[in-house]
Amino acid sequence: MNVVVLLKQVPDTETVIRIEADGKSIVTKDIKWIINPYDEYAVEAALRLKDKKGATVTILSVGPQRAVEAIRTALAMGADRGMLVDDPATEGSDALGKARILAAALSGMAFDLILCGHRAVDDDENQVGIMVAELLGVPHLALAVALEVEDGKVKVDRPIEGAKVALQAALPAMVTFGGSHAVWNPRYASLPGIMKAKKKPLDVKKLGDIGLAAGQVGAGAAKVKVTAMEMPPQRKAGRVLPGDTAAKAKELVRLLHDEAKLI
Amino acid sequence: MAQGVCVITEFREGAFRRVSFEVASEGRKLADALGEGLTAIAPGAGVEAAAPELGNYGVDKVYVADDPRLKDYLAELYVPVIADILQKISPKVVLVAASVDGKDLSARLAARLGAGLATDCTQLKVEAGALKAKRPLYAGKAFAWYEWAPGALPQMASCRPNVMDCRIPDPSKKAVVEKAAVSLPGATKSQVSALQKDAKGKIDLTEAQIIVSGGRGMKGPENYAMLEELANVLGGTVGASRAAVDAGWRPHSDQVGQTGKVVTPNLYIACGISGAIQHLAGMGSSKFIVAVNRDPEAPIFTKADYGVVEDLFQFLPVFTEEVKKLKSTC
Repeated sequence: MNVVVLLKQVPDTETVIRIEADGKSIVTKDIKWIINPYDEYAVEAALRLKDKKGATVTILSVGPQRAVEAIRTALAMGADRGMLVDDPATEGSDALGKARILAAALSGMAFDLILCGHRAVDDDENQVGIMVAELLGVPHLALAVALEVEDGKVKVDRPIEGAKVALQAALPAMVTFGGSHAVWNPRYASLPGIMKAKKKPLDVKKLGDIGLAAGQVGAGAAKVKVTAMEMPPQRKAGRVLPGDTAAKAKELVRLLHDEAKLI
Repeated sequence: MAQGVCVITEFREGAFRRVSFEVASEGRKLADALGEGLTAIAPGAGVEAAAPELGNYGVDKVYVADDPRLKDYLAELYVPVIADILQKISPKVVLVAASVDGKDLSARLAARLGAGLATDCTQLKVEAGALKAKRPLYAGKAFAWYEWAPGALPQMASCRPNVMDCRIPDPSKKAVVEKAAVSLPGATKSQVSALQKDAKGKIDLTEAQIIVSGGRGMKGPENYAMLEELANVLGGTVGASRAAVDAGWRPHSDQVGQTGKVVTPNLYIACGISGAIQHLAGMGSSKFIVAVNRDPEAPIFTKADYGVVEDLFQFLPVFTEEVKKLKSTC
């Protein structure tokens, strides 16, 4: 079985975000880059399939040279090979453009399952994985918190508001991952894993290598684009309630009732 | 020529979900700004009888796709049906709820239509006849404005629940209903095999008006009963920090933060949560924030409208009693 994990390198969730002088991007200096946590859950799920069923796990990413580090980390966790599409012409792609790049790269690979996070914690778009499935004409199951593969089918549990849905799809299929660190508990790269990862194949491709022309993706082809960024409104300094426990409790109830009118 | 605004509704267990009324209300606002009409596409099982109600929120005309096989959301069935109707009515703007199913549907639909999509928007407006959308990035550490390329139609956006103003329903206004021809594929590659409702009937964090949330300071899973009680009295729901979920005290569905759910309730009560940056991102857009923490230096106080510096085990029972007293008198 061939499993491809789509992986994005994103700023660490501890990062303080600042807006660049151009007003529509963020300051990337001094950022610590990590694997998007939801993609990391996908890597873990893929490696469990490798452990159980001997799947071959390929990591696919689009990004600048620094993304090699994220792919190497996934290889050190146990993935078999990696591919990075690193081409300046991909910059400024919208979600559909990013999906086109990934779908083009996937068209040249064997896959039974494509896995990725349901969203990347930078742009929070919730789009790319599902769009890749559409472009490739395969079914998708989104926001998985449990995954099983048997008899040519993938089965997932998906939490929706107030309920849990069990879904299944025939392979080949796309699954996007939800849940949390506690649900997937992704493994750490071992020291021998890190050593081995250095020798694992990692191809770096240009758009032309995957059959795309520069104008098909990137800023020029984007249907939707960021025109300005702003910081969230500053919250006013709050009020610390005085008095003993009983006084604070009474005052808080009064404020929430009379002032905020919430209870 | 593309014209008007179209909203796609969610119908579950015999009723439209509240978020669909929010989206319809927002759609009406944009349609008025464009000087054009508001249509809706309502897929579901048994949705036809309920469809006129969408008029209460400003919808002029509803295309219903009523079929027993559309009872539960499945992209493979919903997307072709909705895409067919959209191609026929050719709207300028398409709005969807940024709910779990709405996010799923909108992504696949946008790819099928070749449309630009802005997800989870918190503000939408029309300028010079075109849509502009504001949405959070990095779980709300920053916001970005989006515009669509000239001629890129439809302009698709999903609306974050609990943020857009919902109109006061006008029961005298009924939408015109047209039954759309529904041709579903005979066999699908994917299936819903079971849908299990949450036994407790818990309100999802993304749609809750009041959230009582607990972190590492709760000291153990057994102490969340205190928060459950307070949430019950307030008519809210319980959330948790990543530390509490990582410790196995609470289920992943309770996690608030950059990994986890980004929430926008009217009231967020943070108990024993110090306020790691990734948690603050996830709840910083709440309308009112109350923090209860022993440590006066905890970063959560920088976001709180009302701060209570006190041991939560001492404070919460007294506070819950006070809330009960208030609730019994009004």
